[in-house]
Amino acid sequence: MIRKPVDVGDPDRLYMVTDGRSEADDTFDLVTLIVSECEPTAGLQSEHVRILELCRHPTALVEIAAELKLPITVVRILLGDLHDMGKVSARHPRAAESVAGLPETTLLQEVLDGLRHL
Amino acid sequence: MDSATSELPLQRTPLADAAETGLKIIVVGGFGVGKTTLVRSVSEIRPLNTEEVMTQAGEGIDETAGVERKTTTTVAFDFGRISLSEQMVLYLFGAPGQERFWFLWDRLFSGTLGAVVLVDTRRMADSWYAIDRLEHHKTPFVVAVNRFDGDESRFTLDEIRQALALGEHVPMIDCDARVRGSVKEVLIALVDHLYTLALAQERTP
Repeated sequence: MIRKPVDVGDPDRLYMVTDGRSEADDTFDLVTLIVSECEPTAGLQSEHVRILELCRHPTALVEIAAELKLPITVVRILLGDLHDMGKVSARHPRAAESVAGLPETTLLQEVLDGLRHL
Repeated sequence: MDSATSELPLQRTPLADAAETGLKIIVVGGFGVGKTTLVRSVSEIRPLNTEEVMTQAGEGIDETAGVERKTTTTVAFDFGRISLSEQMVLYLFGAPGQERFWFLWDRLFSGTLGAVVLVDTRRMADSWYAIDRLEHHKTPFVVAVNRFDGDESRFTLDEIRQALALGEHVPMIDCDARVRGSVKEVLIALVDHLYTLALAQERTP
């Protein structure tokens, strides 16, 4: 299903959410797990508050995007803000960056064990 | 057929607090082949839908203005989640297989463990581009043939291997994307394949 941008908020609104920024760095992978380091405080913008509430338990970037109904890029920018403020920590994936470096067999064995026990 | 995912309020199921490692597997295939069905069959959450807004450089240069044109495209994709242990959580992404989504793939593939190519024998041509792209990226993959009621043609896996020009090294498996146990076997086949590749690499000095 391809939704039109209007379904998630018009571009102007997204621009507001990110305070005019449209470039996000790729520090946060889709499956980087985000954890709040504090409770929301007065004065934070509502999206930041929502993220801090969601991430009381570890939550992947992609789940945050789905919950907030915001594009991945926008969520990356918001997470960058919170990370810079020390309000969230990030647990980055261990998997190899490229296939030239396949994941270690120990990691893959853990994945296999997990799948077999489903 | 099965793409509507997040209309109702979601009952969130949080991960364990010890969760520290997120992993990715991509499921690719043509439109309507059953990617979302497959994800739903094994996911511990109802599949969620999210989107990426991609800004691409336009084809070629606008010579009169001397400015490269850019276009913005919004691509939605589904995903599901499987907690493998207290620490490890696997995310399954269903990605549209059409050529025009190549830029989304490049982003999704980064750091992925591997891919499942889901094939419908009535529309095998839909899988060519996906396979070509995976090979280009050197992303390990398995081919899962979605056998469902009405798959009358019943090509054998060997016939399908020939039709898709797949090398002998690519594992193939029959599956029913609606059945949890069957999808589990597909994922195990993929990770087994990865394990074999990784072991060979570790033994090569």
